[in-house]
Amino acid sequence: MSNDVVVIAECAGGVLTDTTFELLGKARQLADGWGGQAIAVLVGNDALAGQLGGAGLVLTIDGPGLGDYSSDSYLEAMMVAVAARTPRLVLLPTTTAGLDLAGALSVRWDAPLVSYVVDVVAEGDAIVTTSQIYGGKIMAEAVITTERAVAAVIASSFPANAGRQDGNPVIEALTPPASSGRVKFRSRAEPAGGDVDITEVDLLVAVGRGIGSKDDIDLVQEFANAIGAPVAASRPIVDAGWLPKTRQVGKSGLKVKPRAYVMFGISGAPEHLEGMRDAELIIACNTDAKAPIFDVAHYGTTVDLFDLLPELTEKAGG
Amino acid sequence: MRIVVLLKQVPDLVEEFEINDDGSDVDREYLTLLLNEFDNHALEEALLIKDATGASVDVVGLDDSGIDQSLYSALAKGADRAIKLTGLDTSSGWVDSHTRAAAFAGWLGGETFDLVLTGVQAADDLDGQLAPILAAMLDVPQLSVVVGIQATEGVSVDQEFAGGVVATLDVTTPAVIGVQAARQAPRYVPIAKIRQAQQAGGIEQVTIPRPGAGAGLTIRRMYLPEQTTHAEMLTGSDKEVAGKIIDLIRARGLLK
Ligand SMILES: Cc1cc2nc3c(=O)[nH]c(=O)nc-3n(C[C@H](O)[C@H](O)[C@H](O)COP(=O)(O)OP(=O)(O)OC[C@H]3O[C@@H](n4cnc5c(N)ncnc54)[C@H](O)[C@@H]3O)c2cc1C
Ligand SMILES: Nc1ncnc2c1ncn2[C@@H]1O[C@H](COP(=O)(O)O)[C@@H](O)[C@H]1O
Repeated sequence: MSNDVVVIAECAGGVLTDTTFELLGKARQLADGWGGQAIAVLVGNDALAGQLGGAGLVLTIDGPGLGDYSSDSYLEAMMVAVAARTPRLVLLPTTTAGLDLAGALSVRWDAPLVSYVVDVVAEGDAIVTTSQIYGGKIMAEAVITTERAVAAVIASSFPANAGRQDGNPVIEALTPPASSGRVKFRSRAEPAGGDVDITEVDLLVAVGRGIGSKDDIDLVQEFANAIGAPVAASRPIVDAGWLPKTRQVGKSGLKVKPRAYVMFGISGAPEHLEGMRDAELIIACNTDAKAPIFDVAHYGTTVDLFDLLPELTEKAGG
Repeated sequence: MRIVVLLKQVPDLVEEFEINDDGSDVDREYLTLLLNEFDNHALEEALLIKDATGASVDVVGLDDSGIDQSLYSALAKGADRAIKLTGLDTSSGWVDSHTRAAAFAGWLGGETFDLVLTGVQAADDLDGQLAPILAAMLDVPQLSVVVGIQATEGVSVDQEFAGGVVATLDVTTPAVIGVQAARQAPRYVPIAKIRQAQQAGGIEQVTIPRPGAGAGLTIRRMYLPEQTTHAEMLTGSDKEVAGKIIDLIRARGLLK
């Protein structure tokens, strides 16, 4: 076993993601404390290695079929990396790749896994993690005393700046694993553009599952019209087909930063918060006083949205 | 083609959560358990494949509180068989994903199947998601965050990434797939049909040995989030609250 901390360097559209640097900063802090080093594993994108100055060592694994992400080949690549370095801890993001890899790595590498992590600290010989479970309603503190572990971290839990450093990491190329041929990338599609770009507006109204039915979206639309804002939504509204994908805010939707975000019937699950927590002013309406959204919103009300919306529309002169 | 859909009951997130006396788990006494919403999407996707190709769809659950209701509802929606694996007590406390996966893996090891579908995640997956853990135990490929499956010629899946980017990948069978969303909203089934399914019985019970695997984590404590920052709550009548919200927006110069 080493005292190293491994992170996977994730790329989207040829660019290293923010979460990569968030994890790298944390990896560096933990590895420094343990006397090990932060190691970034870069699969299929050798050219980006120089941007990983926050790492002490970059392991590149490249070969046929590794240019485009696939769960199977990335898992085999991670197995090559952990076999080469026997790290103390592997940090993965809770992105699609992280969701694919974390559980499988835990089984294949025989290491405990803790998920939905928002903090990781060393405590004596143990690793103590804090996770956000039940959609952000409960925090769970777990202690890991095994000599290897995997943690899957929620985006934005750590500052990216700590990992975005200049430096000259040692770059070492590992022999790519033989392809299992079980998963094959075919094509990639960007989401179709919509009528409005919700990332470009100053004022945004958002609706969640609390609205209950497709017809009642009209209530939200009327208020939005009255204040001249488009209507955005949480994922379940889009999955139900009540609003188009181009209106979805969050992890698997769009990241918005309007000057004001006025939201109705959205609980504040971590995946939604990822897309809107940087809005300058957040006003949330939710009948559940314990809804996690109230930890993030600047102003809140527990008035029922069905009572509030008509009043708002009237006050706005709609 | 045989599709197996794994179902799990989870606490309704809209309810109020309390912590148990020793701080190691949520207090389960008054929690209502519902079908994990992502499992409901996995079932829908399986039924869509069945509609298109005539595949068989079997739903399988552990003995979670309320699972019978979800299994009957799945039968009423068109699932062919419903199987409940008993022998692992999942009603008195949290059961980790590794243990759940080992239970399913033990049973699936003696079955023939082409696809296993389950929800991409559950709100209490503290030790990770079922799909990738199960797939690794079975040594089959896995894809998560899937938003559509085509199974007419081989199997290809649409996997969703940040920002709504979707990649299409071919996968060999057998495979495990973690479904984020079905191609269409989960179908509704009238209560009367669920009752009919209930009256017909039809849940097969299989006793499985309690798996030895565990999560390898010790939960030291659970707690309600400390509200370091909290929204300033607007008070007054509905009209007054509405007025305050409009004033806040207007103060930012965002209204004409
Ligand atoms: C990989 C992955 C990616 C995801 N990506 C996204 C994403 O991009 N965006 C996203 O939003 N989600 C995403 N999710 C889903 C996320 O986990 C949550 O399920 C979702 O955000 C919940 O949406 P919601 O808040 O509208 O619904 P719920 O959590 O069901 O909340 C509804 C809220 O409405 C309140 N309410 C009910 N009735 C009323 C009323 N009359 N008046 C006022 N309030 C009321 C309730 O108290 C409740 O808090 C993702 C999940 C996964 C696994
Ligand atoms: N208004 C709602 N609030 C919270 N969860 C819901 C709501 N409607 C449906 N669900 C969830 O979606 C799942 C499927 O519901 P249904 O489509 O009614 O079978 C259930 O298990 C619920 O958890």
